Amino acid sequence: MNQISSRDNVRAIDYSTKAHYLTKVFQSPFFSRQEPLNHLKEWGRWADYLSPHAYTCSAMEYFACRNACTVFDLTPMSKYRISGKDALPCLNRLVTREVSKIKPGRVGYCIWCNDEGQAIDDGTIFHLGKDDYRLCSQERHLDWLSTNTIGFDVRVTDETHEVAALALQGPTSCATLKKMGLDGVENMKIFDIRHFSFEGTQLLLSRTGFTGDLGYELWIDPQHAEVLWDRLFEAGHLHGITAMGDEALQMLRVEAGFIQCRHEFMPAHAAVRTGHTRSPFELGLGWLVDFNKPVFNGRKALLAQKKHGHRYNLVKLDIDGNKPARDSYVFTKSKKQIGTVTSATWSPSAKASIALATLETPHGKPGEELLVEIYYQKELKWSRVMARARVVKDVFYDPPRKRLTPPADF
Amino acid sequence: MTNSNEHTVIIGAGHNGLVCAAYLARAGKKVTVLEAAEHAGGAAITREFAPGFKVSAGAHLLFLLDKNIRKELSLESAGLSYSQTNMKTTALAEDGNHLQISGDALQGANISDKDRLAMKEYRRFMNRFAGVINRLNNRIPPRIATRNRSDWISLAKMALNIRLLGKDDMREFLRIAGINIYDVLQENFENPLLKGALSLDGVLGTNLGPRSNNSVFCALHRLSGLQGIAMPKGGMGTVSNALAQVAGKQGAIIRTSVTVSRILMDGDHVSGVELQGGEKIAAGTVISSADPKTTFLDLLGARNLEAGFVRRVRNIRMRGNSAKLHLALNSAPEFKGLNQNQLGDRLLIAPDMDYVERAFNQSKYGEYSIKPVAEIIIPSLHDTSLAPPGKHVLSAVVQYAPYELKADWSEKKAAFTDKLIDLLDAYAPGIHSKILHRELLTPVDIESEFRISGGHWHHGELAIDQFLMLRPVPHSAQYASPVNGLFLCGAGSHPGGGVMGSAGRNAANAVLGIKDVEGQNS
Repeated sequence: MNQISSRDNVRAIDYSTKAHYLTKVFQSPFFSRQEPLNHLKEWGRWADYLSPHAYTCSAMEYFACRNACTVFDLTPMSKYRISGKDALPCLNRLVTREVSKIKPGRVGYCIWCNDEGQAIDDGTIFHLGKDDYRLCSQERHLDWLSTNTIGFDVRVTDETHEVAALALQGPTSCATLKKMGLDGVENMKIFDIRHFSFEGTQLLLSRTGFTGDLGYELWIDPQHAEVLWDRLFEAGHLHGITAMGDEALQMLRVEAGFIQCRHEFMPAHAAVRTGHTRSPFELGLGWLVDFNKPVFNGRKALLAQKKHGHRYNLVKLDIDGNKPARDSYVFTKSKKQIGTVTSATWSPSAKASIALATLETPHGKPGEELLVEIYYQKELKWSRVMARARVVKDVFYDPPRKRLTPPADF
Repeated sequence: MTNSNEHTVIIGAGHNGLVCAAYLARAGKKVTVLEAAEHAGGAAITREFAPGFKVSAGAHLLFLLDKNIRKELSLESAGLSYSQTNMKTTALAEDGNHLQISGDALQGANISDKDRLAMKEYRRFMNRFAGVINRLNNRIPPRIATRNRSDWISLAKMALNIRLLGKDDMREFLRIAGINIYDVLQENFENPLLKGALSLDGVLGTNLGPRSNNSVFCALHRLSGLQGIAMPKGGMGTVSNALAQVAGKQGAIIRTSVTVSRILMDGDHVSGVELQGGEKIAAGTVISSADPKTTFLDLLGARNLEAGFVRRVRNIRMRGNSAKLHLALNSAPEFKGLNQNQLGDRLLIAPDMDYVERAFNQSKYGEYSIKPVAEIIIPSLHDTSLAPPGKHVLSAVVQYAPYELKADWSEKKAAFTDKLIDLLDAYAPGIHSKILHRELLTPVDIESEFRISGGHWHHGELAIDQFLMLRPVPHSAQYASPVNGLFLCGAGSHPGGGVMGSAGRNAANAVLGIKDVEGQNS
């Protein structure tokens, strides 16, 4: 494999020499294990990878996560290693939050913007060691990161294809990992990172996830992907371990109130229409913006926005009835259109129709009564309902076990 | 407020830095100008390059100096005078059948009546179009996509300015402003020597050939001073000395031989500068006449800027492609077919447009021209202060000499100088034997002597996409930079290079919060 790079300190691997260059679609290193479990034989795409929508039934996979544990393949997620003397200042200029607060061995959530203060993506920063970080996100960012290295003594390496990753989420996840032999896993606090030796290699474990439940993410070299999968399923056999696809994940993350790029906001680098992007304030992430930092991308624009006000509020809606309010318009009670639903699902745990929605300011105060226009179809016949909805403050599902250390044993 | 907050530091005592200093000091600001060289002047200086021989080391002809500045700062009473005004141009032919150009009048080179008529029309519309640019030079560029009223008024004035050309001229202006001068000259003229000479106006000092787009724009920019070509008495240093004198009289302090190594920040605001050697000078306002890449990437540092802005600054096109040749001669050179009168003209070696384009071709691939083009003057014919009695100085802008030469300039400089002297010898036989001393400033030398990143005289290519609200890059095109308290005032800002001073004057207005000062348009 050839290394391609636009600058000496930015490394990426040229995959055009790989056999799959004809299709431009990668199979995950877990593919040999996913493929027989994928009874539906339907594959979606996540960036340049195949990713299952669901293996059998998304509702069953959802319940497996809330009541046992599930395995979700995270490999397609973008992973960038950012290291060197200036790794911290470089990251601090990149993202809106203060990165020095993420101590070694810890993970922090972050969002980053362009100069106009519009969100490019959100993700997590793993503080792996001294001057050594990993940035994980949904979208690809090598070009933007490369631009961000100018003037810094820092090296950026695209590790997306070099690190295989699984999310193990659900109440029995800790017990499963313990059974697999990861001693002391129960002592990990939420957002902790720990290294384990595993089958002659190093397994990185973080207590993180996208489900709002107790859960972990496992990071390993692709050569050990299959053995990791096998050992997990072996250990989790009596703990209800189940492979899970993206549909169930969508239900879980909306319940947990997590936003997702290309759902709640358009990545600023992909948007071509002005006004179609969102700032951190408009995504409810003002708490991630630290103006005490003298410089970070978007600071000037965000300061102006703080002064003059932002355009939208992202809210959580509790909607009457049981029909998911996908792609719906949101109205005031006097039928003035004030926003749109960005993600919606039936929440089996909250027993409610729930949604994330973008509303024009000043709308969106908790308790505000609104109407959501839902179209639905029964045997090809379309109907419409104006369902009552309330803005709620708290996430729809937030079990104490998410944070409890040590987690309950099973 | 402490004293240091009211203190303004200007980095660089080039003509723009000095103009800015003079206006700010006149408005009552406490100003210190810091210059790395031993003398003020930047690239507008006269210096000795051989014992007894002096030359304008950078720019050697004056055609853009802002009339408002000349008047408002009373430069004439501060010592500015001219040894020549309204200089004629002579396009040299190897066979001695030269062409003299004086305004719209042509003489020699068997010029046809058709070309004589075409020249009158060409001068008419080029001067009108240059007038459009002239009216843009003395104003702070408007920002686009804002709701600010004064920006919209300014934009509307620009549009009106073009509309007032009338239907036919407006159409022609819009048609040719962005295209290449080769096509425009081909449409208008027959004579190759005439076309070659006029094409040089579009490419001198740039990284363009006659067939590059923006070359018409560059020609218009050269004409936009709406004045003839002049030679300051005592060389270009006279302009800077007059400016320094005025700035000093107004109370500005000019310190020379002090190199700024860093612009200092306190939080998100500039707090001063640090000099080589460690001295720190506190200031609430820092104005840089250094080029934008040097200012933002070297002095301030990319890490103090947002990344999108850094990318734009890095992408400014500013690779020099011109060199400067200085010869000390033991007697006046004799050009074939050139009378004593014409010897004092601005002499061009650009026999035809294809010759110029071919010269440019090599530079695209990192090689210097095999057959270079040149703009030559012998200033000592008009100004005896520049050379010992009976002896002379020749100063020439020569192209093309790319900043990024494939080989090392330090190895190739002598060979290129030989080539240039061979070229001169073809027109002025025997010049070889008259040379007492020679000096060549390649773009690399220009970069180190005048501290211009890339050695580009204009601190960035003059082009429509690097002009007005796009010069040097959006978010710093109104002289204020994205960093609080940091301003630009050099040629890298609108309206660009040439010894003009408008960037310095506009910047002073921006610092003082004076909007839309146009001054007098000629």
